[in-house]
Amino acid sequence: MRGGRLGDRLLHGYTWLIIAWLSSPIAVMILFGFNDKKSKSNTTWQGFTLKWYQELFSISDLTVALRNSLVIAVVSTVITVVIGTMLGLAVGRYRFRGQGTTNFLVFAAISTPELVMGASLLSLFVSGNVPRDGTTIIVAHVLFSLSFVVVTVRARVIVLDPALEEAARDLGATAWGTFRQVTLPSIMPGVLAGAMLSFALSIDDYVVTSFVNGSTITFPLWIVGSVKTGIPPQVNVMGTLIFGIGVLIAIANAVAARRRS
Amino acid sequence: MRRLTPYLLALPSWMWLAIFLVVPMVAMASVSLQTGNAIDGFAMTFSFSNYTDAIGTYSTQLLRSLLYGALATVAMLVIGYPVAYWIAFKGGTRKSVYLFLLLLPFFVSFVLRTISWSFLLADNGVLFGTLKSWGVLPAEFHVLATTLAVVGGLTYNFLPFMILPIYVALERVDPRVIEAAYDLYASRGAAFRRVVLPLSLPGVFAGVLMTFVPATADPVNAQILGGTANTMIGNIIQTAYLTNLDYPTASALSFTLMAVLLVGIFVYARALGTENVLEAAAR
Amino acid sequence: MNPLNNPALLRGMTQPRTRRDAFRIAGLSAAGLALAACGVEGKKAAPPKADAVKDFWSKQTKHGHVVFANWPEYMPEDQAPLKKFQQQTGISYEYKEVIQENAEFFGKADPVLRAGQPLGYDIVVMTNGVQLQHMIELGYVVPLDHSQIPNFLANAGDKYKDRSYDPGNVYTMPYSSGVTGIAYNTRYVKDDIKSIESLFDPKYKGRVGMMNDAQEIGNFGMIALGIDPEKSTEADWKKAGEKLKAQRDAGIVRKYYDQSYIDAVSKGDIWISMAWSGDVFQRQLAGEPVKFVVPEEGGTIWTDNMLIPKGAANPLDALILMDYLYQPAIAAELDEFIQFVTPVPAVQDLLREKAGAAKGGAKKSLLQMADSPLMFPSEADYAKLRNYTKLTTAQEQVFNPIFQSITQA
Repeated sequence: MRGGRLGDRLLHGYTWLIIAWLSSPIAVMILFGFNDKKSKSNTTWQGFTLKWYQELFSISDLTVALRNSLVIAVVSTVITVVIGTMLGLAVGRYRFRGQGTTNFLVFAAISTPELVMGASLLSLFVSGNVPRDGTTIIVAHVLFSLSFVVVTVRARVIVLDPALEEAARDLGATAWGTFRQVTLPSIMPGVLAGAMLSFALSIDDYVVTSFVNGSTITFPLWIVGSVKTGIPPQVNVMGTLIFGIGVLIAIANAVAARRRS
Repeated sequence: MRRLTPYLLALPSWMWLAIFLVVPMVAMASVSLQTGNAIDGFAMTFSFSNYTDAIGTYSTQLLRSLLYGALATVAMLVIGYPVAYWIAFKGGTRKSVYLFLLLLPFFVSFVLRTISWSFLLADNGVLFGTLKSWGVLPAEFHVLATTLAVVGGLTYNFLPFMILPIYVALERVDPRVIEAAYDLYASRGAAFRRVVLPLSLPGVFAGVLMTFVPATADPVNAQILGGTANTMIGNIIQTAYLTNLDYPTASALSFTLMAVLLVGIFVYARALGTENVLEAAAR
Repeated sequence: MNPLNNPALLRGMTQPRTRRDAFRIAGLSAAGLALAACGVEGKKAAPPKADAVKDFWSKQTKHGHVVFANWPEYMPEDQAPLKKFQQQTGISYEYKEVIQENAEFFGKADPVLRAGQPLGYDIVVMTNGVQLQHMIELGYVVPLDHSQIPNFLANAGDKYKDRSYDPGNVYTMPYSSGVTGIAYNTRYVKDDIKSIESLFDPKYKGRVGMMNDAQEIGNFGMIALGIDPEKSTEADWKKAGEKLKAQRDAGIVRKYYDQSYIDAVSKGDIWISMAWSGDVFQRQLAGEPVKFVVPEEGGTIWTDNMLIPKGAANPLDALILMDYLYQPAIAAELDEFIQFVTPVPAVQDLLREKAGAAKGGAKKSLLQMADSPLMFPSEADYAKLRNYTKLTTAQEQVFNPIFQSITQA
């Protein structure tokens, strides 16, 4: 593109600025994972220590909560992405009866206050005699992530040129083959974006989860519970590690991308 | 079989939404028209007065929430659009990396993030304390417990939901269209304004939908960062439901909120000039 | 784009609904009406008859397992007291920190218990107040068998044996108590705070924190007017409401806090606030410049109580565990960690003994605990402390809006 190298540079810097801004409280969180606190609260700096990294799994309930959150996030993301992409494809590509209703339902799911969604799900489960545990949490997480995936995928599908798929068929590809090799790669940005959103929504969800979790504790639930008496630094360490692993994945991805190009 | 394809594709999601969204919603609608309390029981009385009472009592918080939601959405649009633009056009092979980095902080619990913000924004903390000691800020200055903190918190917490859809829309803009604009002697500004921006509008609409709605309904930011005059409708619904066990009022308020949001989105879509509101949400 | 110029939109808006649409809407309405026919039944339960209680407990046997639901940070990390319990009684335990808020917990428990299903917990801990009252009123709590709780009867302080919210300890046994008083940051407040009026003092405009819980703030409003919350009437509540409203309108309050007031006071965002004793004590242990005082006019005392919910699978095992925690040595272990007020007075001496045998930092902390009026309030303190206002359901619906209209304006 011609012209405006300075503009590009500025935008580039601006983007990094925003990424940094979004991450700034993380810096605080990381810092307090090294706080040598002597009392129960972790809000004033009292010295540097690595001991929380050693004692990372000393609070067994917290460790279990973290594990629960990760499992639930992965499972619900997979389910959401699969059925959400399917719906996104359907609504973006085809004209069929029920489109209006679908649009309305998608909107309704996004606009329902979390509290209301949680409470109404709980009533449903109770009257249906469904025990509340990890499964019901997954159900709830899929419910509120679905709309985000559908909207994101649909935005991508709408512009797909059907001619490409027609061509694939003409060349003898099966329906599934066409999907796998033509359609899926072209909608992949939307699908990936939806997957990341869904994972982030799930692993961080508090309100809805608090209603339908029964006695299964997730990471956010545990943390909110500990706010009253002081969040232990192990939580900071876990957050740091999650963040750290994420950064490593990003770097690995960037390196791989550079190799590919 | 071809004709059945869309229905088959849509079926799993439809069933999920039907069972877990529609049924509870209808039940909740029913509750919103009942009277009573948790101890003595509720009875269906078709009290539409639940709605009028609730709206009358809490109109301030309702309007305030719409205002905060709108302010935050505009802020997110202004802040987020350039980021989406840059990643879509200049991100190259590392686009998904940038997106991932944008979302990464949200993989860490919101409680931790918000508490860290309280720490950073403390009146006499690292940031403001230093500025105050340099005399740059008056001693009375504070951000926490103000409207600014709440709107700022909303903006911060929902920003990726604005950036992502705009990115998705921009990413599919064919660069050749922009080249064509330049070939026709358009300046960068004009090319943006008349070619890129209109093409990105469906993404903007999706972004607004995914941010304005949850931001308006959010109770958390007001709870943690707000002061005495910042209570939002989400807080009211939370108290009504959890503390007062006033399920009819809570349900009535929830439906009112949803209806208001629907109207708001509809008005916005009309202003945008889109033909079919809800279909536009798809784009 | 003017919609009237868009034939497609115009068609959509003006054409009569198709039959299919009509059926769909009718179907939804029918479903709606069907559900509309259901209300939710009230379930006020009559208090249990003594023989029914005896009958119930005589049928219970030890099952060898107990599930204990509690608030976070109310049990040492290594769960030593529970492990000792298992060793001594052979009963295995599950400990779950699932309770974060009384209201929220009740909101989740209510639909389950109302449907007659078990919660899945044998012991549950709730603060005295509206939700606990609801639990009892609705018949969700199993009355205790006093013939099987010797440790409690022997070791619980007298004050904890006959609480106004549960006379005779029919349903509950205290787990931990706390005092609501005033905390202030000594770096910014140079005076010695003694009176509750300091919270209303224009000198601290914009620097005062109040609690957003209706019972807590209502209590303080009334105490400031010299009213005893336990004997208060609707007129009293309105007066308290007016005083609090004036405080708010004058811009004195910075924010109505949940438990996050303590961070705000420590940091200096607020200088003086309604506060809970244990929170302040923990900050003092960390060396922060926060002081706690029970106002001369009075303060509030609240208690987190253990109870056995209806439908619990292992009630006898639950009872045994509840009583076990009242052995002074075990109670001391618990309180050393929790740092709020223990219902077992003997703990104070035990902590002193332990301090005597300890060295260095541990010794210092233990002594600080044993000597602290925040963990062991004096008789004078106790005399000033009041409970929350007792409210019937009908009264609650008057009480709550009065104070919520101030905290949630």
